[in-house]
Amino acid sequence: MEKLIEHLYAVMKSVSGFIYPNEVELHWGFLVVIYPYLTGLVAGAFILASLVKVFKVKALQPTYRLSLLTALAFLIVAPLPLLAHLGHPERSIEIFFTPHFKSAMAMFGFVYAWYLMAVLLLEIYFEYRATLVVQGNSSRGLKKLAYRLMTLWSTDLSEKALNLDRKAVYFVTLLGIPSAFLLHGYVGFIFGSIKANPWWSSVLMPVVFLFSAIVSGIALVLIIYMIKSMYRWRPIDMKCLDRLADFLLYALIVDFSLEFLDFIHRLYQSEESIGILAHMIEDRLFVSLIIVQLLLGTLIPLVSLIIMKLKPLPDELRKLIFFLSAVLIQAGIFSTRWNVVVGGQLFSKSYRGLTIYKMELSGIEGLFMGLFLLVLPLVILWILTRFLPAWSDEPALNTPKG
Amino acid sequence: MSDCKQRGDRRKFLETCLKLGITASAAPFLAPIEKLRASKLSRVDEEALTHQYGMGINVKACIGCGRCVVACKEENEVPKEPFFFRTWVEKYTLLVNGETIVSSPNGGSEGFQSDISEGEILRSFFVPKLCNHCKNPPCVQVCPVGATFTTPDGVVLVDKDYCIGCRYCIQACPYGARYLNPITKTADKCTFCYHRLSKGLLPACVEVCPTQARIFGDTKLRSSRLTRFFRFNEIQVLKPDLNTEPQVFYARLDGTVR
Ligand code: SF4
Ligand code: SF4
Repeated sequence: MEKLIEHLYAVMKSVSGFIYPNEVELHWGFLVVIYPYLTGLVAGAFILASLVKVFKVKALQPTYRLSLLTALAFLIVAPLPLLAHLGHPERSIEIFFTPHFKSAMAMFGFVYAWYLMAVLLLEIYFEYRATLVVQGNSSRGLKKLAYRLMTLWSTDLSEKALNLDRKAVYFVTLLGIPSAFLLHGYVGFIFGSIKANPWWSSVLMPVVFLFSAIVSGIALVLIIYMIKSMYRWRPIDMKCLDRLADFLLYALIVDFSLEFLDFIHRLYQSEESIGILAHMIEDRLFVSLIIVQLLLGTLIPLVSLIIMKLKPLPDELRKLIFFLSAVLIQAGIFSTRWNVVVGGQLFSKSYRGLTIYKMELSGIEGLFMGLFLLVLPLVILWILTRFLPAWSDEPALNTPKG
Repeated sequence: MSDCKQRGDRRKFLETCLKLGITASAAPFLAPIEKLRASKLSRVDEEALTHQYGMGINVKACIGCGRCVVACKEENEVPKEPFFFRTWVEKYTLLVNGETIVSSPNGGSEGFQSDISEGEILRSFFVPKLCNHCKNPPCVQVCPVGATFTTPDGVVLVDKDYCIGCRYCIQACPYGARYLNPITKTADKCTFCYHRLSKGLLPACVEVCPTQARIFGDTKLRSSRLTRFFRFNEIQVLKPDLNTEPQVFYARLDGTVR
């Protein structure tokens, strides 16, 4: 507690104007920024996977399994920052047992469980069953048992069974698209429905969240795909990369338009809060909003991707530009989450003053914990790919299913 | 009026449909919860339903002495640091040049000093603030586990043994009335001194106010002091556009107050 008080005294020195006395403590920090960032990546990666199965974009096949596993790895970690930030994590289970149905947040557990159990795990099961059967056949002992367990002892490899798998994958993906929309649109709703906060309160919030999620998911899979291919000394499938960049561009255009609409709408309506919000952007969010989110994270990648589409450069150069754009986009989307979550708490609800967010380095809400939670999904992804081959050229994949 | 009622009816109907749907689909999980709720209800004091507590604040009477802030902190064991308040007092200084300066040093608990010269000041006044015990409370709406609730006599409370400390309610309160208690790690705020009310006493802040700027009472009672306050003053509430239906009522409130 002493540490908190010391921290709050330091914050108080940087307050400008008047804020309510209870507002010196900023309640949702770095961890709560990470939560929507992670769920966004989950939803985005899944939508990318569904492009292959439901919308039959064959060129993206090389990244299909990678997208699925990425979604799973990030989904596993997504609730951790929320849990770590609770005052009483040991009581969190009450959200399942005694949910308050009028609360947007109470639905988190159910939406999460639905997405994990009914969508991702099911789809991965049907997609990988045949592969796992083959791998199980060629291993022994504990390893064999593990593979059998993962297939739930369903080892039928007949054409009929494989056909059933394919159909199941299709239907689960079909179900998964609205679920992914729900998962992340819902996170947007958690913020968008807070009428007390003019920075959050917007009907567009869930939609903006959704499209920025798609953008971030595609960009992430593109980055992982490129790094992993280099690392494996395999050529990058340029057709696939071009298609990835195409979809990234489309999603980015929609995302940018929506955010622009939101911005214009606020500016034009010019409600009571406009003064303090404008002041906040100039004074507190200039770097993270104008420079990182808008300029580096949106405009530069947008222009680069458009140029690549209109006048494609040689492969090597194109690869580099796609890669850099995706990295910039990733930074931009992280800033977007930051600007929403932290920005929404930098101005006083009295509209008369601004506070600051001072991030700690250590501690449960600190920088290191946050970085750990950002790296953890990548570690999980790496472990997942040990068991579930993600690449179409890996030997274990040459099952009858093809 | 009838249009309003109709709309209300329709809303109720829709709410019922929604509830029925949810209950039907979640019935197997809900049985134990329902049992719990029933046992809770039976404990509810029937009498409580006949009250609706509220507070009146006479802005003109407040002299900014801050005794209410001190009394509240003592009565309710609110941490003494200047970041946690169940009630606080704000000073508004309107300047000749049209500017408004607001301050609340240490929640106003030590009174106020001013370094603005007399000549620049148009007028100044004090506004005591606290949880508004909204009839339509956004904090109650958002609490994921129902730890924040409204009592039958209209007081909004937090169950500190149930709160998971997610702080959603703090975000949802438009008035900055909530803080996270650093000791219990749960959301905390004014309770109208519910422990005193149940003994027939007044809230601590009301009790100590030397000018009777705070008036506590029952809005359902025709003869309460609060009803009298309503009769003789024009009443306003804070941020009425948010439809929170505050139960803290201000007399002679200036338009600049947020
Ligand atoms: S003033 Fe804030 S804490 Fe009090 S009932 Fe209203 S919304 Fe809830
Ligand atoms: S902090 Fe506690 S009272 Fe507030 S919304 Fe969360 S669980 Fe409910």
